[in-house]
Amino acid sequence: MSEAAGTIEAEKSRDIRKRWLLSLPALLIILVAASGPLLIVLVYSFLTPGPYGDVQWLPSLEGWINVVLEKDIFDGTFSLADAHVSIFVRSVMLSLVTTVLTLLVGFPTAYFIATRPEKTRELWLLLITIPFWTNLLIRTFAILEVIRNEGLINGLLLKFGLIARPIQMLFTDGAILTGMVYVYLPLMVLPLYASMEKLDFRLVEAGYDLYATPFKVLRKIIIPLVKPGIIAGSILVFIPALGAYVTPSILGGGKNLMLGNLIELQFGQGRNWPLGSALSITLMLIVMVALLAYVRNAGSQGSRHG
Amino acid sequence: MKQITTTMALAAMLLASTSLAHAEGELNIYNWGNYTSPEMIKKFEDQYKVKVTITDYDSNDTALAKVRQGGSGFDMVVPSQNYIPIWISEGLLLETDPGKMENFKNVATEWQNPDFDPGRKYTVPWAMGTVGTVVNTDVYKGDINTWGVIFDTPEELKGKVNVVPEMTDVIDAAVLYNGGTKCTGDLTILKKVRDTLVKAKPNWVAMEYGTIEKMGSGDFSASSDWNGSAFRQRLKNPAIKYGYPKEGFVNWSDNLAVLKDAKNVENAKIFQNFMMDPQNAGMNSGFHRYANGIAGSAEFMPADMKGAPEIDVPAEFASLGVPSQTCPPEVQELYTKIWTELQK
Repeated sequence: MSEAAGTIEAEKSRDIRKRWLLSLPALLIILVAASGPLLIVLVYSFLTPGPYGDVQWLPSLEGWINVVLEKDIFDGTFSLADAHVSIFVRSVMLSLVTTVLTLLVGFPTAYFIATRPEKTRELWLLLITIPFWTNLLIRTFAILEVIRNEGLINGLLLKFGLIARPIQMLFTDGAILTGMVYVYLPLMVLPLYASMEKLDFRLVEAGYDLYATPFKVLRKIIIPLVKPGIIAGSILVFIPALGAYVTPSILGGGKNLMLGNLIELQFGQGRNWPLGSALSITLMLIVMVALLAYVRNAGSQGSRHG
Repeated sequence: MKQITTTMALAAMLLASTSLAHAEGELNIYNWGNYTSPEMIKKFEDQYKVKVTITDYDSNDTALAKVRQGGSGFDMVVPSQNYIPIWISEGLLLETDPGKMENFKNVATEWQNPDFDPGRKYTVPWAMGTVGTVVNTDVYKGDINTWGVIFDTPEELKGKVNVVPEMTDVIDAAVLYNGGTKCTGDLTILKKVRDTLVKAKPNWVAMEYGTIEKMGSGDFSASSDWNGSAFRQRLKNPAIKYGYPKEGFVNWSDNLAVLKDAKNVENAKIFQNFMMDPQNAGMNSGFHRYANGIAGSAEFMPADMKGAPEIDVPAEFASLGVPSQTCPPEVQELYTKIWTELQK
């Protein structure tokens, strides 16, 4: 009896060993290719900046301290790094607003596609993904051409005599949001569509049969059922939006830094690589918190339905 | 049919150029974008049977960071004069001694022995110019020879001013505007500088590099800018004028050097000598639209560059120029802080 159990145990551990050995190449790649560069960033964040860029191999916490604390250059007092905090807050706010707007635009779009006959759905999906075939820079410059002072919209409005002089649309917050929503819309529509496709429309009919108003059906039936899609879409939009800087700087005129620009500044003209590394890791931590929130949410979602 | 012929011609050219590269050698130049005359490169390739490859960078810091990591594969680089002492002290440049090369006699006297490379042991002049203001004089009729156009924006220009986001250039301009000297560590001046910039920013519409196109199209009506860029804008719209700020402005130059880890050292030396020939330097100026520091090159430049007020600094302003130089790291740190605060 005990001998049989021992054999089974041995067999099991051999099996586990074999699995580990077989997955070793994959693990190595993950370790070297994914964690390696991150480790360099982490190590650099604890070093001293070199005089003209690069780092000196002297351990220092300056980089991390500078992320949140700032020594006033004029009176030498320490205070909360107001500039960094403002830039973080701006980036997070911009990403949140972008996420909400893409959801508002993407939800009806995905619903429209999901309710088409099965044959035409693929065509609609194709139309949604077409912008993805074009480089991000080119899409952003295309928007710039539409909204600039001598662009398409102002040109038409002037031609029809609706305005006397061009409306300043380029280099405004509205321009940034338009660009961001346009760029990230497919990332919202696709996961939303994936969960709406699985939606059982008989439930919607049942809701109407029981005299629910359209709004009630949306709130009590559709939204709870496609919630995983909403969450996945929001995460997919929020994370890249947080690091985005091409779109804000081209359409916003680069007057206000985004997180991405702030990090780039430290590696370029600012010549403070440790601070840049520390800021990069801070950005990653924010993303990780957002992802953890998602995983926990999705987890509780599953258990409730299970 | 026609298309097929073109394709075949292109394929033949490609074949010819690659076989050429194998036959005689290569040269890899790492330079600022939109800064090297393709015609002049063609001439060099034909004359010396060398295949030239040009890779672009957009800032001194990018170039420095990339080459410093080693193994870049580039042979030559064109840093600005304020960065050359860093390149030399970091041991990145090869001492090719251009001062002893055959064509060195053509280098203009004032560029023969510069502070940043005494005796021209490493570098050859590529281009030089100034940082000033550009203004669309249809929009604003007042004095354009002042940084006030940018920092105390006149009513007509409010919401139409751009600032080229070169940190050191912008802060230096504000330092000069407040009566300081370049690379100052004086905190009373820097405090004024910060206040000037923070107060001026609401009147700016953007902080961008693309001034040639956007000044031409009317998206901007004024900007801080380099003189060669101003010249190209005037060709698009004659009302766009270049101002030399009376508070002082920075004189800069970019210089061609050979990297210590270059693989094609001989070709690189030949190219340094080639660039000091007035005809070649003039050809290059015709493309990038800056002066080049080679005596006698003017006659090989396009006619529209002769006597252009953007290229030849008018005598009344010449004394106001201050040379571009490297700021010490502690000043750089102060500049970065002001810059971050400006853009928060």
